[in-house]
Amino acid sequence: MTARQLWLRIGQALLVLLATYTLAFILLSALPSDAIMARYASPDLGLSSDEINAIRAEYGADKPLIVQYFTSLFGFLTGNFGYSVQTGASIASMVAEALPGTLALAISAFVLACIWALLIAVAASFSRGLRGFVLGLPSLMVSLPSFWIGIILIQLVSFKLGWVPVIGASPVQSLILPALTLSIPIAAPLAQVLVRSIEDVERQPFISVVKARGASRSRIFFGNVLRNAILPALTIAGVLFGELVGGAVVTEAVFGRAGIGQMTVNAVANRDTPVLMAVVVIAATLYVLINLLVDLLHPVLDPRVRRKERA
Amino acid sequence: MNTATFKKPSVILASIILILAVLAALVPGLFTSHNPLSGTSGALLSPSLEHWFGTDSVGRDLYSRVIYGTRQSLLGALVAVLVGLVVGTILGLIAGAQGGWLDALLMRIVDVLLSIPSLLLSLSVIILLGYGTVNAAIAVGITSVATFARLARSQVISVSSLDFVEAAYGSGASRFQVLTRHILPNSLTPVIALAAVQFGSAILQLSVLGFLGYGAPAPTPEWGLIIADARDYIATSWWLTVLPGAVIIAVVMSANHLSHIVQKKAR
Repeated sequence: MTARQLWLRIGQALLVLLATYTLAFILLSALPSDAIMARYASPDLGLSSDEINAIRAEYGADKPLIVQYFTSLFGFLTGNFGYSVQTGASIASMVAEALPGTLALAISAFVLACIWALLIAVAASFSRGLRGFVLGLPSLMVSLPSFWIGIILIQLVSFKLGWVPVIGASPVQSLILPALTLSIPIAAPLAQVLVRSIEDVERQPFISVVKARGASRSRIFFGNVLRNAILPALTIAGVLFGELVGGAVVTEAVFGRAGIGQMTVNAVANRDTPVLMAVVVIAATLYVLINLLVDLLHPVLDPRVRRKERA
Repeated sequence: MNTATFKKPSVILASIILILAVLAALVPGLFTSHNPLSGTSGALLSPSLEHWFGTDSVGRDLYSRVIYGTRQSLLGALVAVLVGLVVGTILGLIAGAQGGWLDALLMRIVDVLLSIPSLLLSLSVIILLGYGTVNAAIAVGITSVATFARLARSQVISVSSLDFVEAAYGSGASRFQVLTRHILPNSLTPVIALAAVQFGSAILQLSVLGFLGYGAPAPTPEWGLIIADARDYIATSWWLTVLPGAVIIAVVMSANHLSHIVQKKAR
């Protein structure tokens, strides 16, 4: 990738981010009656219009939209995501508090998903008898509602078998079932891509050459096929991230775990639009960064891409 | 589609399940005589010949709630797919046919839609429109607009370069006529196939929104809501979650299986 292409790609990513922020601002902040009105204008609260105006001024909602837009944009760039309409707390500190729990969940689920996907790929390649069954697994996994997996796991592992206590579990124990739940919808697309790309690599002429030289099946698989097959899986990193975020929201709701997902669900329940907007903008930023990273890493990891670009 | 495809057992099974689901959505009375909204016998009865799926915490027949919930799910998924199909195709058609700055602008909007994780996009729509069956369906539909728009655009661009389009222009047809009579109909097959593929995932996404409580209001039988209601009884009453979940999985898997065959044939 030339320096020009590099800057073009980075510029494009920044443009998408600005557009995402703008759309989120228009939809969630400017339209139709803003969050503060929705929350405080209810007659039950008995606030006078002067009091409501004072609250609006406190949140900066009385200023012209264009001023609000740039104030809020500047805030997002400097890590100030605004204030919750529900509690008045700073959203940045809410995120900081909720993030570690969600991060632990997402990372352990992702690691588990990679293990499932690898197991499926290996089983499909090595066992003729299991192949049909194993190749059917991903399509079963994408058809499972993740909230249902979570509930069934609680039912089975906690109540029936008593392996993980329902109340008073240690932090590690309380991570097992949620991580397992979240790993299923992540593993499915990963396994699908991996199996397909293994089939592609196995058809390549160089595999026949290695075979002809007398390499063992497992040596070919782990030494040649898998190494080349993992790369295409990188391209769905963005998709997997989206699944992780959505899955984390559902999983945290099922298990009652504190985290970004729980925060998001509460925000929707209380019509706390600034919180939802912050979550949307942060998630979109991460998505764009991940895709940018994958694009930049691809030529580094795959010499063929580098050569093609130079040619 | 050739006859060999129809004879595969998995295809036959999936077709039967989907036909039953559609029948249940159209005439739920055909499958059950119990009332889905009011209790008849005791609460939390385990499955029996009288109550196939047992009864829930207020004594309602669970099987009839799942049957009546079929309409919510299938109709909602239909609305969701239609929203994605219609909005996405129109955007893609305009972008592909017009080109230039309009194309660039529409495709950047598509990039934005793709950059927001789909559940967060649905939740944003719900916080704007409020709760409810139709709003949840629209929210799910919005998440597929970008995919439809991209596919429709690439189809329109490739069809536009074909000879018969040139010929249509040459014989004096207006731009609008060529677009609606020639380009659009010839671009649609893969788009319709995508709509079929989206159907299963729309059912699943709707059940998630129902489970979180953003779909149909409380007494309405809705698949996600039925399972959410059962959460307090999982220690004692396995049937409340296992059986409705099994129905969701069977319908979603059948829809996915058939739609992938449709998509393969469309290529």
